[in-house]
Amino acid sequence: MDWGAIFSNAAVELISPTTAAYALAALGLAVHFGYTGLLNFGQAGFMALGAYGYAISILTFGFPVWGAFLVGVGASVIFALILGIPTLRLRADYLAIVTIAAAEIVRLLFTTNTYASVTGSANGLSGYKNEFAALNPLADGTYGFGPFTNNAYDTWLRIVAWSIVILAALLVWQIMRSPWGRVIKGIREDEDAVRALGKNVYAYKMQSLIFGGVLGTIAGMIFALPRAVVPSNYQTTLTFFIYAILLLGGAATVLGPIIGSMIFWVLLSFFSGFVARAVEAGWLPFMTSIQGGQLRFILVGVAIMLIVIFRPQGVFGNKKELAFVR
Amino acid sequence: MSANAVSQAAAPLEPPVPTKKPVKTTGLHIGEAGPGCAKVDPILVVDNVRRTFGGLTAVDVAHLEVPRGAITALIGPNGAGKTTLFNLLTGFDKPNDGKWTFDGRSLAGVPAYKVARMGQIRTFQLTKALGLLTVMDNMLLGAKGQTGENMFRALMPFLWRNQEEENRAKALDLLTRFKLETKKNDYAASLSGGQRKLLEMARALMSDPTLVMLDEPMAGVNPALTQSLLDHILNLKSQGMTVLFVEHDMHMVRHIADWVIVMAEGKVVAEGDPHEVMQNPAVIDAYLGQHHDEDIGVDPDTETEHVSAIKELLDDER
Repeated sequence: MDWGAIFSNAAVELISPTTAAYALAALGLAVHFGYTGLLNFGQAGFMALGAYGYAISILTFGFPVWGAFLVGVGASVIFALILGIPTLRLRADYLAIVTIAAAEIVRLLFTTNTYASVTGSANGLSGYKNEFAALNPLADGTYGFGPFTNNAYDTWLRIVAWSIVILAALLVWQIMRSPWGRVIKGIREDEDAVRALGKNVYAYKMQSLIFGGVLGTIAGMIFALPRAVVPSNYQTTLTFFIYAILLLGGAATVLGPIIGSMIFWVLLSFFSGFVARAVEAGWLPFMTSIQGGQLRFILVGVAIMLIVIFRPQGVFGNKKELAFVR
Repeated sequence: MSANAVSQAAAPLEPPVPTKKPVKTTGLHIGEAGPGCAKVDPILVVDNVRRTFGGLTAVDVAHLEVPRGAITALIGPNGAGKTTLFNLLTGFDKPNDGKWTFDGRSLAGVPAYKVARMGQIRTFQLTKALGLLTVMDNMLLGAKGQTGENMFRALMPFLWRNQEEENRAKALDLLTRFKLETKKNDYAASLSGGQRKLLEMARALMSDPTLVMLDEPMAGVNPALTQSLLDHILNLKSQGMTVLFVEHDMHMVRHIADWVIVMAEGKVVAEGDPHEVMQNPAVIDAYLGQHHDEDIGVDPDTETEHVSAIKELLDDER
């Protein structure tokens, strides 16, 4: 058993762009669910809009990177408005139903053959990376050390991805300790009480939905840069993975989603490497390598369950908050 | 018990000397005190407000004026529509029709948060302390016109830091008055039921309201805290605020209210000075039912409850 390879493959995930994308999407969900109490089950939809908005802008319309970025963000603002206007006046659970359906509608719209010339249908889109790579100030060559050695493009991507995550984390941290954040947290506790104090709860919920949605959209762009944009990546399981990360790290925290994402991906990669090699070595004679690929999700699920059972507030959550949970 | 017996028992006897005699405001109304009578200086005027739930008319108030600068109690048996009227007046519910004005400005169709911004602040029957916010944060939420509550300005602390400090000082002052200052950094969820009532009232005061509407401020509060809550309500009046409150505790109503409005089956059935209104036959009917001297097979439990409520009133009268 090559433990060195297993551990170094797992370590790669620590700073991979995918981890950054999940961290950012989970941060958006922390704004929605952890701080505002909005049950958004459509974060995958926001991510899909980011990825497709970026890719289509570049491939079909030939926009520059910043233009494509703005198109994605604009699309998610409009999406949030469409979701929010009818549902934010209703009880929280309506938003959950509407968002899960809306995210699926978005994915199916991108999958349908009707728009294949623009969306690439089920095959998705690729070949939109040159514009981003052209902005790379790093000279060709390899950077980093040990498992974190990458070529110039991958290093550039990591720097940009994690810079965005850090910026977003600082932004969320600052805004949640401001009076705006206080209103938002008040809405999570009891929106009628906040309304009785003269705050326009509807407007605040809308702002929160847009803010968290935009974070999810930018996450979708980061998620798309190391791979192709394929609609099947944006199924509801993506949303549930992000919820798992959020609960793992602590729902109403800033560091929780980031560290949660790192733990999630390192564990996933570790179990994936471990199971694959264990099957190879004949330790699991009852299992084929395909079954082994599925087993990793079961093991990650068990690991997350253990964390949630023995540390229900998440890694960074405040234990005191749980003592009073209604 | 007959109506005759009630009026006999209500005959004035030597009143006990209260430990702290509240200063009652008198001369609030014009002409005969009765349902919908005009007030010298009304702060809230309600006209033909009606709210139905399916076939049930929960509130049907033809005309009602709430006097300014006084403590007005809204009483009535369960299901009389008191809380529904509260919800309608504060924008938390919409009436089928009708109009009402606060301080001369029409409130029909105005959303709850705008009503609150105009200076008409309410509390809730089931206390709504924001559990996972600290007591201090609860208080700060009550302040009006905060610059930092704008999403973009929130990112620039230098724009709202001074205002925040002022609000914090004010909140601390109020918390000290309500004897909650030692709890300021605790989660509101860790407070007792009575302390939450105090916090909710203190939080409402952060916005310097002109009309404070309290929905059953005494419900579930232990007797020791009741006294301090009473004092706080009396203080509101001495600071120039108008108080309208819903209450079931008749001792309290008689003790602090300057004016009493009695509702039954959605309508205002009586109004007047707390001592007089409780001898009004309409009030006795409201609590005991119009046919209280006939046996119509009323559930004996509710009957006993109402009889004891009236007895309480009459005992208090002595």
